[in-house]
Amino acid sequence: MGLLSKKDTKLITDPLADNNPITIQVLGICSALAITADLKASLVMGVAVLFVMGVGNVVISLMRNIIPSKIRIIVQLIVVASLVIIVDQVLKAYAFELSKTLSVFIGLIITNCIIMGRFEAFALGNGPYRAFLDGIGNALGYAVILVIVGFFRELLGAGTLFGIPVLGDPIEKTGVFSIGYENNGFMLMPPMALIIVGLLIWIQRSRNKALIED
Amino acid sequence: MAVDTDKNSYTILFAVVMVFVVGSLLAFTASSLKPQIKENERMEKQQNILYALGVNSNEGKGDISFISTDEVADAFAANVSEQLVLEVKDGKIINKMTRQEFMDSKDEGKGKEPYLIDVKKQQARAKNGESRLLPLFVGKQEGKVVYVAPIRGKGLWDAIWGFVALDEDMVIRGTFFDHAGETPGLGSNIKQRYFMDDFYGEHLLTDAGVFKGIKVAKGNNDPKNEDKKDYEVDALAGATITGDGVSAMIKKDLKLYMPYFEDLKTKLN
Repeated sequence: MGLLSKKDTKLITDPLADNNPITIQVLGICSALAITADLKASLVMGVAVLFVMGVGNVVISLMRNIIPSKIRIIVQLIVVASLVIIVDQVLKAYAFELSKTLSVFIGLIITNCIIMGRFEAFALGNGPYRAFLDGIGNALGYAVILVIVGFFRELLGAGTLFGIPVLGDPIEKTGVFSIGYENNGFMLMPPMALIIVGLLIWIQRSRNKALIED
Repeated sequence: MAVDTDKNSYTILFAVVMVFVVGSLLAFTASSLKPQIKENERMEKQQNILYALGVNSNEGKGDISFISTDEVADAFAANVSEQLVLEVKDGKIINKMTRQEFMDSKDEGKGKEPYLIDVKKQQARAKNGESRLLPLFVGKQEGKVVYVAPIRGKGLWDAIWGFVALDEDMVIRGTFFDHAGETPGLGSNIKQRYFMDDFYGEHLLTDAGVFKGIKVAKGNNDPKNEDKKDYEVDALAGATITGDGVSAMIKKDLKLYMPYFEDLKTKLN
C-alpha cells in the first residue's frame, strides 16, 4: 500500500466491517428499507451515495473553517442538496436514460442520514483528502449492506437476481418451483429488510464480541 | 487571520452569501441546460408513443428498450400517420382538429405539435369546468389501424402516466407506463415489460359496449392472463397503491375517448 498510509487505509476498511454505518452506527436505515427490494436498485443507490459522499465530504471539509457552527446543519443540507440537483440536471441533459433510472433516488440521497452524519462527525474536523477516504469508506460500507439485503430480498421474494429468473418460473412450475417451493411475497415488504438487517447485526456481533454494547 | 465564526453578524453574512451563491449556481445550471433537457423530453415522448404502438428495440424477454434517439424522429413520422386533437366538454366532443388545424389554432396550438400537449394542464382545465384537449395518435399495427391515447394519474408517491394503444373496439394493443418516483423494486415495476405486456389484448368494453376499464387485481384467478375479457391483469407484489393508480388512470382517462370510438363504430357500420 504505497498510496495509502495505514491510518488512511483504516478510514476505508473500518466502515466495511467493525464500524459499518448501517449495522454498527445504525444510520441510513430508512433508505436501506425502502429500496432494497431488488438488487439493481440497491446497487444504483450504493453507487449514487458513493459519489455524493466522496464529493460532499471534500466540499464540507474545504469549507470547514468558514462554516458558522450555529447554522452548520443547514449548510451541510444545502451543500448536499445542491450537489445532487446539479448532478441530476446535468444527467438529464447529457445522459437522459441514466437520469430516468436515478430520478427516484434523488430525494433519498438528500435525506440520507449517513451523508449528514459523516459531514458532521468527520468532514468538519478533517482535511479534504482524509474526508474523501472516509466518505468513500462509509459509502462502500453502506453499499455492501444494501447489496446483501437486496440479494436476499430479491432472491427469496421474487426468485430473480437483477431481474433475471434464477430459481425457475413460478407460474410454469419449473426449477425449484417444481418441487413445491414458493416465492415469499413478504420478502418484498419493507419489514423484511429490517429483519435481514437485524440478522446481519446479530451475525456480526456474535463473531466479534467487542462490538456488543452493554 | 482567524475569523470568529461564532459571531452573529458573521453567521448572517455567511447565510446571505451562501444563498446568493447557491441560488445563482442552481439557476445558471437549470437555465443553461434547459434547451437540451426539453429536447430530451420531447424525444422521450415520441419514444413512449412509439413503444405503445409496438415500435421498439426490445430484445428477447429483457427490459423495455426504446427505439434509439437517432432514429426516433424518422420512426415517429413513419409510424404515426395522424395526430388528432379532440376537444371535449361534459363527455361530448365539441371540436375535432387535425394536426395542422391544431397547430394553426390561436389559443392552445401556436405551432405546437399535438404530442406535446400537457395532459396535466388539460386535467386541471377539465377540473375548472373548461373544455379539455385530448390528443390521439393514429398509427398502424400489423396492417390494422390503432389509436394511442395518453393517460395520467397518481401513484403512491408521485405522478404516474402512460400511453395506451387501442384498436377500434377499444381492445388494448400496447401500453407504456412510467412514473416519477414510485418505490424502486415495488411500484416502479409498472415500468417493467412483463407488467405492460400483460395488458395486451385486454378488452375495455363489455360485449354490450359499456366501458368497464381494467383492474390491476390482487389474487386474480388468471395468473397466466389467458382470459382477455376478465377486465383484470395480475397485480404487482407490494405495489397495491401504484396498481390502483394504474387502474384508476385507465378508467378515468380512456373513458374520455369513448365518444370518439362510438363515432368510429357508427361510421364503420
